[in-house]
Amino acid sequence: MNNWFKSGSPWVWLSAGGVSISLISVIGLLWLIASRGLSYFWPADIYQFEMTDEQGINTTVIGEIYDRENIPTSQLVHLNLDLDTSVESIERLLIKTGNRELVSLDFRWILVPQISQQSLPEDLVLIERRTNGNFYGYIENIILDGRTVGLEKMPELVERVSEFQAEMEELQKVDIGAINYQIERTRLKERKHKLDETLTPELQLEFKNTVASLRADYEVLEHALMGLREKISRDQIVMRAMDGQKVTINFENILKINFNNQLTLFGKIKLFFSQIGSFISDDPREANTEGGVFPAIFGTVLMVLLMTVIVSPLGVVAAIYLHEYAGNNALTKLLRIAVINLAGVPSIVYGVFGLGFFVYMVGGSLDQLFYAETLPSPTFGTPGVMWSAITLAILTLPVVIVSTEEGLSRIPSAMRHGSLALGATKAETLWRIILPIASPAIMTGIILAIARAAGEVAPLMLVGVVKMAPNLPLDGNFPFLHLDRKFMHLGFHIYDVGFQSPNVEAARPLVYATALLLVSIIVALNMTAVSIRNRLREKYRMLEH
Amino acid sequence: MAIASKSGNYRKVKNSLAKWVITLGGISVLFTLVLIFMYLLYVIKPIFESAKVEAHAQFAITEPQKVLSTGVDELQEVAYSITQQGTINFYQLVDSSRYKAGAKIHSQQLVADGEKLVQLVNVGQEQKLLLDSAGNVQLIAPNFTSNFDSGERVIIPSVRYPLGEAFLPVEENNVALKKLSFAMDDEKAIFVGFTQDNRLIKTSFIAEDDFSYDTEFEAEYEEIDYSAKYVDDILVTPDLAMVFIREADQVAVYSLDEESELKATIIPQLAQNKSSPNHITSMALLSGGSSILLGDDNGQVSQWFEVASKEGREFKNIRQFKVSDKEPITAIYTEQFRKSFYTETPSGEMGMFYTTSEADLWRGQLHQGNARAFAIAPRADGLVIFSEQELSIFSVENEHPEVTWQALWQEVWYEGYPEPEFIWQSTSGSDDFEAKFSLVPISFGTIKAAMYAMMFAVPIALTAAIYTAYFMTPGLRRKVKPTIELMEALPTVILGFLAGLWLAPIIEIYLPAIFLLLIFIPTSVFITAFAWHKLPRAYKTLIPETWAPIILIPAILLAGISAFALSPVLELYAFGGDIRQFITNDLDISFDQRNALVVGIAMGFAVIPTIFSMAEDAIFSVPKHLTSGSLALGATQWQTLVKVVLLTASPGIFSAVMMGLGRAVGETMIVLMATGNTPILDWSIFQGMRTLAANIAVEMPESEVGSSHYRILFLAAFVLFVFTFVFNTLAEFIRQRLREKYSSL
Repeated sequence: MNNWFKSGSPWVWLSAGGVSISLISVIGLLWLIASRGLSYFWPADIYQFEMTDEQGINTTVIGEIYDRENIPTSQLVHLNLDLDTSVESIERLLIKTGNRELVSLDFRWILVPQISQQSLPEDLVLIERRTNGNFYGYIENIILDGRTVGLEKMPELVERVSEFQAEMEELQKVDIGAINYQIERTRLKERKHKLDETLTPELQLEFKNTVASLRADYEVLEHALMGLREKISRDQIVMRAMDGQKVTINFENILKINFNNQLTLFGKIKLFFSQIGSFISDDPREANTEGGVFPAIFGTVLMVLLMTVIVSPLGVVAAIYLHEYAGNNALTKLLRIAVINLAGVPSIVYGVFGLGFFVYMVGGSLDQLFYAETLPSPTFGTPGVMWSAITLAILTLPVVIVSTEEGLSRIPSAMRHGSLALGATKAETLWRIILPIASPAIMTGIILAIARAAGEVAPLMLVGVVKMAPNLPLDGNFPFLHLDRKFMHLGFHIYDVGFQSPNVEAARPLVYATALLLVSIIVALNMTAVSIRNRLREKYRMLEH
Repeated sequence: MAIASKSGNYRKVKNSLAKWVITLGGISVLFTLVLIFMYLLYVIKPIFESAKVEAHAQFAITEPQKVLSTGVDELQEVAYSITQQGTINFYQLVDSSRYKAGAKIHSQQLVADGEKLVQLVNVGQEQKLLLDSAGNVQLIAPNFTSNFDSGERVIIPSVRYPLGEAFLPVEENNVALKKLSFAMDDEKAIFVGFTQDNRLIKTSFIAEDDFSYDTEFEAEYEEIDYSAKYVDDILVTPDLAMVFIREADQVAVYSLDEESELKATIIPQLAQNKSSPNHITSMALLSGGSSILLGDDNGQVSQWFEVASKEGREFKNIRQFKVSDKEPITAIYTEQFRKSFYTETPSGEMGMFYTTSEADLWRGQLHQGNARAFAIAPRADGLVIFSEQELSIFSVENEHPEVTWQALWQEVWYEGYPEPEFIWQSTSGSDDFEAKFSLVPISFGTIKAAMYAMMFAVPIALTAAIYTAYFMTPGLRRKVKPTIELMEALPTVILGFLAGLWLAPIIEIYLPAIFLLLIFIPTSVFITAFAWHKLPRAYKTLIPETWAPIILIPAILLAGISAFALSPVLELYAFGGDIRQFITNDLDISFDQRNALVVGIAMGFAVIPTIFSMAEDAIFSVPKHLTSGSLALGATQWQTLVKVVLLTASPGIFSAVMMGLGRAVGETMIVLMATGNTPILDWSIFQGMRTLAANIAVEMPESEVGSSHYRILFLAAFVLFVFTFVFNTLAEFIRQRLREKYSSL
């Protein structure tokens, strides 16, 4: 034993423990996010519990099992429940009961010992709704235009409503949105002429006519919308909730009706993927706590793309300078220190700088020069997607520089010398020989920059991200890409829904799902970057021989 | 030939153009860093600039009568004077098409002919209360409306009467008054006066509805039990809670509730010497109405406010300002919205001070001791002085008096607090709020969070780095290293979310398990190691020692599970069933769910890959011949590691820790989500903190551009910037040196 200690072997094992802990935590973390995130999409069983409480009153609870935990019996003593106090702890279940119009809280705790019977009735349904969350219960009746019809009509009715909803959305967002946008632009044009003192009566009349014709178009669309509204609210479904109350739900409010307990494994898998699909492609509902995250994905991607356009040339040029042009002098040393520091400065500092310099100073001046007609409401003098992209471009600049430089340093100098010896200029050598060979390294740098930018939240909170953006920064109205608009972001969505939403408990699974989405994007990007880099290294190793 | 040279030229131009563009691009990185630095400095600079007072305009105006009061409109275009005869005169201050600067543009008689004003009480900066010799009062508000009729902005002065145009009696039986003070809100107006027959009276006008749109009221008369022959000053606080009555060197404080009872008597300890005793010469209410300022003839101003002490609430002398060496202070003028005040001595020496930050902002001579009336412009950006022959306007540049180096970093005695404290509290609902900008609690929080994170991260990261770089087989290393480095790519918002919503509740329930883990994990490692040591040789070759990290995974998991399983048992027997209650009640430590422990673990995870990656590089690149030499001389693997490898790589390891610290200090999202963000000064592991970075993230979106708060948040960002700059540069410098050393070896 003593010898064993003297050999130092236990300490070697202890240091191996450090590796194990790190591995456990990385893999554990990813597993935690993956399991919690995916379980959000998996169709849950809907239970019916018959409960008997301490006064012998029977109640029925219907819902999904959301969470379970053991609590010490001692903590329950004050409730005066008729419990077996010899047991140390009691299991309790958190049930998601939905039906928000009947009970104020859609969650409730039940104690396992009070459950007298537990079943999975086949005809229990889960209705996903646009407002008020889920409804759990039994179908009583289906009413088609005032007449009671059979259950087989139900899928058809849901389909009909969703078609109308899509049509209405198209009308509201695209057509009416475009008209409103044009009216606003006409108003601004008029104001601009007024400010420039070039508003002639003819122009004024023209603007007036334009607005009038737009208004007329609007009336037509409004009328069409009203018609759709009338059609959509034709059918109802009557449901029986867990306490026997009957509730009539209009089909226009229904997204999906599922008999979860009747689903086969295949059916569940199908539903699982369709849930993932709608999570990715739908708009959020109910203050972001339900529905999909499409605008957040869109915002993240757009912002990151804009950032890539800015950061790639800058980073590559800086890396080329550092590696190919810079002499071994004080300036180069200073530059290297600058790169290291740009990488080390806390991201929030970039946010502060971006807000002060880009938004208020540059943006404020832009507004004064080019958007005077909209003042005092700012155009670029307020946080927006362009400022976010520029701020993050500075933040990720060192990532691109470091990675590109590493790629450049792996190119054997023989290749440069060969090209120069054949009479090519330095610029030509760079353009024809060096850059093509280094391009995978540049790719790696850009991918790593994208991964970094996609996960960064703190600076964005200052320079352009919002919890709910009414419009996407890209739409069908000229000039199509609206760089001044605010946007939604996956990372901020996690922060906002997880910490700022009114019903954190209900929103938590959605946050896990969003986190899973973000982590998968970032891990995939990183793995791609690393594999490109590794392949590149192998290639250069071969070149050297 | 011609073509060739043409294309040669073109290529040359292209070549040098490329060189210039690339050089420019390279330098732009440095430019960006310098730009960030300079811009942050540019925003911060104004808060440390001293105040400036400059003569703006002077007009020779001779008022035939004594001027009692003066004032100016918000944009400083029209000034007015109110004379003893009850005339208000408005003067144009800037040239316009209708009037030249200095011209009298409007005049109005406010009292009946022959009547004289006894006293004029300034009510805020906009309203004046006139007291005539018969003891009647009238409240006036000089009013300025702008008119754009002729295409030019014209200011039209007039007089408004918030309590009606009639003169109102203050004393029930119309006895004349010697001194009067007044304050009002929307529902009530209170007068406290000292009558000719030496009684102290209190008169309340209670609005029937609301004074802001209806002047109807009901009067209530009262007498305060106070006996004196004379009073020097009476001041009613704007919130109608108290009245201060100064008689020579003592100040009585009465509450103005239902019963006007004596609350306290302030008797300042004046520097007494027998030949010439010092006396109080002036008194003023500070903005917000909870502090009074007393000026004496020794040139000192003292600030007093009510604090809670063992003997109940009492007025205390909080701080002094030495204004002058020999001259008495004849008047103190306070700003309406900030805690700034101006002092005046008989020779016309003036000073500008700020109480909270104890700032001595400015001193100078604005008149020759002949000023009749003095007023501060409504936006506190100018001064008006009416002296015997002239009207002078001064411009004041004093944007950020509340920020001084001491106020940011030293204990400050804020109004209502029992003692000087470090407090960060930037905003509140009310206007009278005294902003508390101490950077100490949030800087402390930053250091605390970083320390706990480092305590968690450094042991794990360094042991993992040592093993990976020195003991691990290359095959395993190629897999393990990228896996751990993957952690660096995880968005911190996800770590923060898990810390706040998943880890914090777990730690709260299984707190004993966390401490058990500290014992269980090393123990399980040692037991596994010993078991492997005792394993028969045949098995040892089957599972080689180089697989240690993999062998240990189940052992550590088992240790973890048993720690969590034992947690409730330990809690029941050692901590009486509930460790939270044990901590709060028995140990008397307050417990937050989102505390430093949670932050330490979560931020530790974020920092581990940074430290691991760099330390691993440093250890791995120790030249192989050094270790081979040591091993050849008979040292064991461990001895070689400790005596040769770690020693050689120590600067690299140090720089890795530095980088990690830099990251922990600037981390925002984890701290924002995993703590309660309360700015407290407490090292306790069970309490939260607020860090510089989280503070910026929380408050920046709400702060008004250009305000002191905005600039202080920039200062916080600047502190972070400089801090990480120093750490990163130091770490990079050490790394460069080390690289050179290795290459020379």
